[in-house]
Amino acid sequence: MKYTAPTKQGYFGKFGGKFVPEILIPALNELESAYEETLTDPIFQSEYMDLLREYVGRPTKLTYANRLTGYYGKGKIYMKREDLCHTGAHKINNAIGQLLLARNMGKNRIIAETGAGQHGVATATACAKFGFDCVIYMGAEDMERQKLNVERMRLLGAEVRAVTSGSQTLKDATNEAIRDWVTNVENTFYIIGSVVGPHPYPMMTRNFHRVIGDETKKQIREAENRDPDYLIACVGGGSNAIGFFYPFIEDESVKMIGIEAAGLGADSGKTAATLTKGTPGVLHGSLSYLLHDSEGQVQLAHSISAGLDYPGIGPEHSFLHDSRRVNYYGVTDQQAMNAVKLVSDREGIIPAIETAHAFAYLETLMPLTQKEDIIIVNCSGRGDKDMKTISEWFSAH
Amino acid sequence: MKRIQSLFEKRTDDSKIMSLFITAGYPDLQSTVDLVLGFEENGADIIELGMPFSDPLADGPTIQYANNVAIGNGITMSKIFEMVRQIRSKSEIPIVLMGYINPILRYGIGKFCLDAASSGADGLIIPDSPIEESSSLAEHAAGSGLDLIYLVAPNSTDERMNQVDRHSSGFVYCVSVTGVTGARSGEEVARSVEKFIGRVNNQVTKNPKLVGFGIRSHADAQKIASSVDGFIVGSALIDTIRSFYPKESWKQEVFSFVKELKYGNI
Repeated sequence: MKYTAPTKQGYFGKFGGKFVPEILIPALNELESAYEETLTDPIFQSEYMDLLREYVGRPTKLTYANRLTGYYGKGKIYMKREDLCHTGAHKINNAIGQLLLARNMGKNRIIAETGAGQHGVATATACAKFGFDCVIYMGAEDMERQKLNVERMRLLGAEVRAVTSGSQTLKDATNEAIRDWVTNVENTFYIIGSVVGPHPYPMMTRNFHRVIGDETKKQIREAENRDPDYLIACVGGGSNAIGFFYPFIEDESVKMIGIEAAGLGADSGKTAATLTKGTPGVLHGSLSYLLHDSEGQVQLAHSISAGLDYPGIGPEHSFLHDSRRVNYYGVTDQQAMNAVKLVSDREGIIPAIETAHAFAYLETLMPLTQKEDIIIVNCSGRGDKDMKTISEWFSAH
Repeated sequence: MKRIQSLFEKRTDDSKIMSLFITAGYPDLQSTVDLVLGFEENGADIIELGMPFSDPLADGPTIQYANNVAIGNGITMSKIFEMVRQIRSKSEIPIVLMGYINPILRYGIGKFCLDAASSGADGLIIPDSPIEESSSLAEHAAGSGLDLIYLVAPNSTDERMNQVDRHSSGFVYCVSVTGVTGARSGEEVARSVEKFIGRVNNQVTKNPKLVGFGIRSHADAQKIASSVDGFIVGSALIDTIRSFYPKESWKQEVFSFVKELKYGNI
């Protein structure tokens, strides 16, 4: 079936929209038309593709995980190696794209929010490469969890502003970035790091990441002469997953699985499993599934992974969930950390804790697969940034 | 006649309409009704009663703080409606409920509008629900007799201002500067506001206009609101409460601040 979402108004089914203060309406309209122009601008497209090739290091490899496959004893597991992107995760695909757009629009100041710090690092990197001023909002708790990334951003010339309101994590960093944008809307471009926010951000960010899925499709056909049976990706806001899934949405034989962070367990009250436990609501400019109480107050999410520790999710995931095109499941902190160890041991790849959530689901999926099934895990980022959390976890468990 | 409309129509002198914003449940659940009645006694013409939200992204630190305190105090939508009922039993002052869309969606838009109207509220201001996203809200608000007030900002195009005027009823809220609530000083606002208000006066012709954001004193208000119908004060009022609460005389201090906002130093 032809997949055309979002609508002109920014809706994926009933999810999405532009729930923003009036001050941002002109900014979003301006962004929308500037973005639309780039789609048919051959100079923009070739500059973007050149940067992905020469600077980001694309295409990233599709690596056969032979020892992980051996561990499960059947199927064929591949890894899409976004961890090999410059800066260590997929986030840079989008940061570079949006930065080029900002430059075209004549905005000279860049702001961004970050959770795990990967989007902050990617944005700071792009700003350094192009000589832009850069302010990154980051929750104070995340700054503690991801100290290394804070130092990287500062070295790259970004100003990292600690956010001490609310849960001091990604949700509050996003609030502060939006407040900055509302205040400095004339000269500032907000590079949102996930497929969240008001239209056109979820669509635009998806499109800057679709290169992940486009490459995967080509590479698996070269390697196996057919499409995969399963795609698995972790989902916080959901940018790596949507970039990976999107080119396969119309291929009905490809089953897609999104993995949310269940934290201490989906029913523990300490979770970030938005689709499993949430109901529709508005946060950060769009209508999507949301963790909130009976009064509509947004609840604090919990995950050991700073990048998945978010009570919302991109509106397109809510749509794909309701339409059953993608199945979403939760993986706990414990399961994810086991996967960090397993993938490190078996493949010589230390995955980011976010990414490890996707690998952890193999424990559940592999017993249900056929012998010949091809499974591709999006290895969205590398785990160097997580070494402090990883060593603390394994000395305590 | 609707209370807001009749307020503007019955106005006989040139004095400015003063609308005061207070977060329901701040600084405590018991004081909201008394504060509102005291504001009226001391010169307030309209009350904007804030419905707290955990993630108020159009608000600066002051109103964020008041939201957090009120949520911590256990404020709920039904308690807010109960406060409105209590105010309404003693006063005819127009009450506008102001808050974010998520708690309203959670409560149910239709039920929310019915309950707001039957408790005695007169209008709604929902800053994160622009015209594009408000078709259901607009329908239910109109059906319940509630005015729906939209905002215009300095970066709104002329066409947009005109559109906001057509969709609004009660009044149009003119945001004097780009930014969150309470972020800028009155002087800073006064310098940039003149051109904006000039455009507003050309485009917004159906509704009365109130200007808000950055007004902290009577002098600010006189300058910034000189060519519109009135002004809105929120953050400065909450800052004043914050600086006196819970001293014994805190309410008196707050009321004299309100009086001075309206009438100046007399």
